[in-house]
Formats: sequence, C-alpha cells, structure tokens
Amino acid sequence: MADERRPGDMPLVSDDVSGLKLVSRSTYVKEAALKNLFLLCAFVAVAGVGLIFVFVGYRGWPIFSEVGLWKFLLGTEWLPTSGLFGILPLFVGSIVVTLGALLLGTPLAVGAAVFLSEIAPPKVRAIVRPAIELLAGVPSVVYGFFGLLILRPIVAQLTGGLGFGPLTAWIILAIMIVPTIATLTEDALRSIPDGVREASYAMGATTWQTISRVLLPAAKIGIVDAVVLGMGRAIGETMAVLMVVGNAPGFFRGAGAPISTLTSQIVMDMPYASGMHRTALFGMAIILFLISMGLVFTVRVLSRMREEPS
Amino acid sequence: MNHTLVEHASDSTPLADSSVKIAVRGLDFYYGDFQALADITCDIEDNAVTAFIGPSGCGKSTFLRCFNRMNDLIIGTKVEGLITLDGQDIYAPGIDPVDLRRRVGMIFQQPNPFPMTIYDNVAYGPRLHGMRKKADLDEVVETSLKRANLWKEVKDILGRGGLTLSGGQQQRLCIARVLAVQPDVLLMDEPCSAIDPTSVQKIEDLMAELKSSVTIIIVTHNMQQAARVSDETAFFLQEEMGQPAILVEFGRTADIFTSPKDKRTEDYITGRFG
Repeated sequence: MADERRPGDMPLVSDDVSGLKLVSRSTYVKEAALKNLFLLCAFVAVAGVGLIFVFVGYRGWPIFSEVGLWKFLLGTEWLPTSGLFGILPLFVGSIVVTLGALLLGTPLAVGAAVFLSEIAPPKVRAIVRPAIELLAGVPSVVYGFFGLLILRPIVAQLTGGLGFGPLTAWIILAIMIVPTIATLTEDALRSIPDGVREASYAMGATTWQTISRVLLPAAKIGIVDAVVLGMGRAIGETMAVLMVVGNAPGFFRGAGAPISTLTSQIVMDMPYASGMHRTALFGMAIILFLISMGLVFTVRVLSRMREEPS
Repeated sequence: MNHTLVEHASDSTPLADSSVKIAVRGLDFYYGDFQALADITCDIEDNAVTAFIGPSGCGKSTFLRCFNRMNDLIIGTKVEGLITLDGQDIYAPGIDPVDLRRRVGMIFQQPNPFPMTIYDNVAYGPRLHGMRKKADLDEVVETSLKRANLWKEVKDILGRGGLTLSGGQQQRLCIARVLAVQPDVLLMDEPCSAIDPTSVQKIEDLMAELKSSVTIIIVTHNMQQAARVSDETAFFLQEEMGQPAILVEFGRTADIFTSPKDKRTEDYITGRFG
C-alpha cells in the first residue's frame, strides 16, 4: 500500500517547537551573570593570597640574595642593629612553643572530643560543644591578657623569674588550639557509623575498650588532620604569644626563660626596622608562609587518605 | 534498668530442661512509656535454628536484642519478666552484660566490620578477652575464618582492610569475628537483607553447618528463608499501632508453614498482610 506510513518515513526532528519551551533569553543571561559573579568571588580570594605572596616575596627576597639563605636560616644570632640576621633562635622558639602547646593541648582536646561524641548525654553536649566553639571566638589579645595577668604570676612561682617564657605560652596556646582539635576530632568520631560501635559492644567490649581499640584508631587520620590544623593555628599565633613569651631573641633555655618566636619578633621589630632589618622581617614572613603552605598541603593529603577505605 | 522476676514456673516446662538453651517467661519490654512487647513466653531449643518472623515493626529485633542485653545501651528501656540462658537469669542483679555478650554473639543487618584489617577484625574479640600470643591469635583467626567459610577467599589478604571486601564477604567476616570468641548463641538480625543472593546462599549454608555447635536465632522478613533455614519458627504481631507486639504462634517450622494453628499466622504466611 502506497500511503502506509512506517516509522522511518517520519522526520525525527520537527521544526514545530510548540510542545517544548525554548530557554528564555533572560534566564540565560541571569544564569551566565551569576556564574561569572561566583567565579569573580573565587578569583578575588585566590588573587588576594597570590598578591600577598608576591609582595612578601618581593620585599623579602634580598635577604636571601644579599645576606644568604644559610646565614639567614641557620644564623644563631639575631642582632639586626649589628647586621646579624640569624633567625635560627626565633625559628626554634616558634617550634618549641608550638610543640609544647600541641603536647599539652592535644590530649585535652581529644579527651574533650571523646567525651562529647561518646559519653556526654545530648543535653550536656548541647551546652559543652558551643562552649568549646566559643573558645575559638575569643580574641587572641584577651588570651594574652589572661596569660599576662593570671598565668604569668603562677608560672613565675613555679619556674622562678618573671614568668615570661615558653611555659606560659604553652598553656595559653594549648587552650587556644583546643577548639580546633576538639571539634574536628569530634567530627571524625561522629562520622564513624553507629554499626561499628554496636558491633564492638556486641562483642563484649566495654565503652573504654570500644573507644580505645576501635573508635580512636578509626578516627586516626581525622585526629592527625585536626592536630596539623591546630599546629597551623599555634605557629601563626602572634598576639597572645607576644604578650607572654618574653621576646628575648635567644635560644630556648628552659620553660621559664624568655624566648622569642618568628611572629612575635616581626611585630616587635616592625615599628622601627628599616633597610636590611626590615627586609629580614619580610624574609621571616616568607618562612612562615611556606610553613603554613606545607601544613595545608599535609591536611589535603590526609583528607585524601581518609576518603579511600583502608 | 528495672527488673522484676515474674513467677511463671507453674505454667511452663522446667527451666533446667537440657534441650532448652534460652527460656523466656512473661517478658514485657518498654521504650520509655511505650510497651513494645507483652507477655512473651517461649523456649529456644539448643543447637537448632529458630526464626522470628512477622511484619515490620512488630518487635522481633527488640526481642532479639533482649538476649544479649543490647537494649541496655538505649536510654529509657525497661525489661520485665525472665530470660534465662542455660537456666541462669541473664537480667539478675550483678550479671555483667559484657560477659553475657561474649557468650551471646550478634550479627547485624548491615555488615559492620571495623575499619581495620581482616586479621584484626577477627582477632578483636580474643584480644579483648586477653589473648596476646601471636601463634594463638593466628590459630583463632584461621579457625574462625574457616568456620565462616571465608578463609579460602581471604587467606592471602589478611592484612587488607575489612571494608575492602564485598558486602557478602563483609557479613561473613562479621560472623568469623563473632565465632572467634566461641559464643554458645548467635543472634542474627536480618543478616541477609543487605547482601547479594549468592552470599545469602553461602550464609544459609553456613547456618546449617554452625547449628551443631551454636544455637542460632534469626530475625528475617523473608518467609522462604525462615522455611529453608529454621527448625522452629516464632510469629510475632503487633495487632494495632501503639499496642505491644505479642508472640502469636511458636512451633516446629514445618508445622507453622503447613498447618498453622492460629488464623493470623495463616493470613501472614499466605501473604494476606504484612
């Protein structure tokens, strides 16, 4: 039959678009504009970091080219007025202050996280968790004041001297990094499925055995992640440290003897430094920048490890 | 946790009957003010598979969790009545639930291996209970994995993470983990509902092998499965919302499925509701 229509005879695409609406011009424009706006926001943030790096790098570079990288990094004397720009004592000071704070703060924070995630009844958690988060919102100068007026006299009794030094800084910084480490550790613990806890209890484990043998090992990478971020906070902290550490740019000699750190020394010297002294301060900023970049990179690697099942 | 011992000795078989592993007398269970189970009395036979069937939300899992006191972990729950294991009241004052759970193991609906290696998963229980020597642990791990029919598949990858296994393998790993502490009773809470059919077959075969040494209680939504694997079947029903669930009928699986005594059991197994 000549007029029988088979599927193949029909045009697949018809010009008639009455059934489906076309994208309207205004929708298209709005979508495109929003997309570009968000792109701009992201760009501004990245450009900000980039500009700071370029600026700091530009101002600090001569310290490497004129004084020399090793003389700068490994020089043991910081006497800028005599032309000695060795930052090793300051670098050691930063590390000592940071590690001490981590040693004190990590057990405290992990303990608090375990309490919040595994032990506290919901009502208690609803009070304690915001209280810990609030610690993160206290301005560092307030911590500094607290350290100066309350902790320092106590430390002075313990160690002799005036109480300016690493010990006071350790305690203050330990409190300051607790919110970072505790909240991230709690998140890591809470992300462990409840089935894992049930399995452990059903095996005849006690709460403590479940926490120490299953939950903490399972949250290990998350906890290391939290500690690294806490480390970033501690090494970069300036004001609170400056107020209690004593700011004597010599090597670490004990918990009660004044030292200085990279950050506090920058603040101390910035108002009057000029010439190569000022350049050295920018050089220290470059070192701090590189340390934070290293820490951020570490955190990224750790988070990637966390996504892969072990 | 309140506990009231209810005298039911007069209307039931003696608790010291050696073929009875677990005896339940007049059990009531509450979540806060809500009563979830009412007046349940039954005997679980030793070295047999008992299936709990019934519509969703009828308290089968709640009942199962009374046997290893997992409900203790939920705040506000209350048990009244008597449950005995080998003639001993498991809710008696002073009974350590931690020790009870060593003897009454549990397999869950979702396979829940620990995020650690296959070896460490199986060695978890023995280590918990004080086994330290590497040679002893090696032996327990191998025996348990063999009993769970998983050894052949994992013997060369014991150091790999338990979570890298397939769902069905993970469930058998969980079974091996429980077997490693040599429980007398194995509670299985819908162990096959989250895994693939081939693995279901393997786990059902495994139950048949294990029941010579372990008393198994399985909660299942799958009536064919109950009919295939169990020696005895208990049918639970919550007749109205807000009312506690009751044990409607309990007997030999063959009888329950071919000639149920209760009309409600018949309606359920012929698929008229639930």
